Amino acid sequence: METDAQLVERIRAGDQDGWRDLVERFSRYVYAIAVQAYRLSEHDAEDVFQEVFARAYERLDQLRDPGAVRPWLAQLTRRVAIDRLREAGRVELNEELASDAADETMDRIEEAWDVRNAMAELSEPCREVLDRFFGRDESYRTIGEALDIPAGTIASRISRCLGQLRAQYEGRIEGPAPSGGRIR
Amino acid sequence: MRRYDEETLAELLRRLPPAPEAWVKAAQELPLVRGRLDELVARAEADARYREQLVADLERALEAEGVEPNPVVLEQLRERLNPDA
Repeated sequence: METDAQLVERIRAGDQDGWRDLVERFSRYVYAIAVQAYRLSEHDAEDVFQEVFARAYERLDQLRDPGAVRPWLAQLTRRVAIDRLREAGRVELNEELASDAADETMDRIEEAWDVRNAMAELSEPCREVLDRFFGRDESYRTIGEALDIPAGTIASRISRCLGQLRAQYEGRIEGPAPSGGRIR
Repeated sequence: MRRYDEETLAELLRRLPPAPEAWVKAAQELPLVRGRLDELVARAEADARYREQLVADLERALEAEGVEPNPVVLEQLRERLNPDA
């Protein structure tokens, strides 16, 4: 899989599809920070989401370490989200408390990101069924129809795939540290 | 070391749902939008009458160019048309 640094270098080299791939790769991450860590409404989250990617597009050349694009995006999202909350007068009362809560949620989002990376090592059918059920909140019936498999077998498939994910993820944790920094 | 049971993994997987498709598409089209904005601004600088029409209804102008007039794009166009504002 292409690393974050390789992806950024590809965009800098003028590859037309690079930017699309970057947005695709990090859209869930930016969305999760806006909605979960800063609890923005869908309306505010949409503005923040667009603003973050607009700033990232403008400033990508200024990013010193292309491998640090994810923590950089997290910081951008944090700044834009806090600005949005300030504008709405929603962080005036207890900014420190709000920030602590956001940090705690950020830790979970970082962990979730690592789990998704581990999921990328699973077979395509496993990735698909796990993402549809947990990420997209689809029902057994919807998944069964989409993947053309009996709905009655989906629960066992999910359980089997979660077992594989667990082995993969715990193996990663015990092995070398994953690339990309965590942000605070 | 922390152990990851199925419930914990499930909770973590739920943490990263997809962003709405329209948001992703709009962000992916940023380079294209930038190009369109460049054209609009250049045209406005060369044609005072067009500039008036553009400023009078930015949303319509963007839509006519096939650009989704989301708040970020509107703000960018406003800034470029009124850099001193």
